[in-house]
Amino acid sequence: MSNMISLIFITIGVLFNLLGCIGIVRLPDTYNRLQAATKAVTLGCCSILLGVLFHFGISDAGTKALVAIPILFFTSTVAAHALIRGTYHFGIKLGDKSVKDDYKDAVK
Amino acid sequence: MKYITLFILSFIFWLLLTFDFSVSNLIVGVVASIITALFFGKFFITNVYKLLQPRRYFWFIVYLFIFIWECLKANLDVAYRVLHPAMPIRPGIVKVKTTLKSDMAKMLLANSITMTPGTISVDIIDDYLYIHWIYIRSEDPEVYTPIIIGAFEKYIKRIIE
Repeated sequence: MSNMISLIFITIGVLFNLLGCIGIVRLPDTYNRLQAATKAVTLGCCSILLGVLFHFGISDAGTKALVAIPILFFTSTVAAHALIRGTYHFGIKLGDKSVKDDYKDAVK
Repeated sequence: MKYITLFILSFIFWLLLTFDFSVSNLIVGVVASIITALFFGKFFITNVYKLLQPRRYFWFIVYLFIFIWECLKANLDVAYRVLHPAMPIRPGIVKVKTTLKSDMAKMLLANSITMTPGTISVDIIDDYLYIHWIYIRSEDPEVYTPIIIGAFEKYIKRIIE
């Protein structure tokens, strides 16, 4: 039973990672690509780690997988934040489809 | 006091991460935790007694479930935009005012925003969060503020402030 649950979680995780990768290829500019890269990939990895937890149970590897989830969550969001802010300050423009930019006034 | 709390928390974290209770491992853990506490103690929350109030943990658990739900929605939303042949996106950066005061609360809010549907926080300047939004539904701050932060702000206020 726990094997089944772990398989389901890992499958969902791989699927979300795939969607994140498709997003990185298809979306038009850096900012939108980061959206796909952070959300889908973080949830995908968390899901895979949950699958690992169910596979090993509460043991050595299982606990490590559980602890890795909050670490992954905090590091990936902070990294996305730093990357998107760095991108803007580096001078890369928002894509052609963008409709609004409030940050422009704050940077000056 | 706040250095001691950080030391205890990082030591528990070390034990969970290594899952090994031999003497040598415990010594390495203590040394690593002391170094962590010395370097990062001053960035830790100022009032550590808040950690002992149970109702904050209750709200944290409620928040966690709401957060997971929002996170799932975020992913389905991104998946929909990515797989749709016409790619329905309307990106831009919007400015949102928050009523949260402490740095820790703002940090948690910014992280939560990053994980929710189509939004990434770009910067925090004073009380304003700058947010990159993949599909701007409205140009009016009155309308979009509740959409972006409405679900989280009140819970974060109960957890941290």
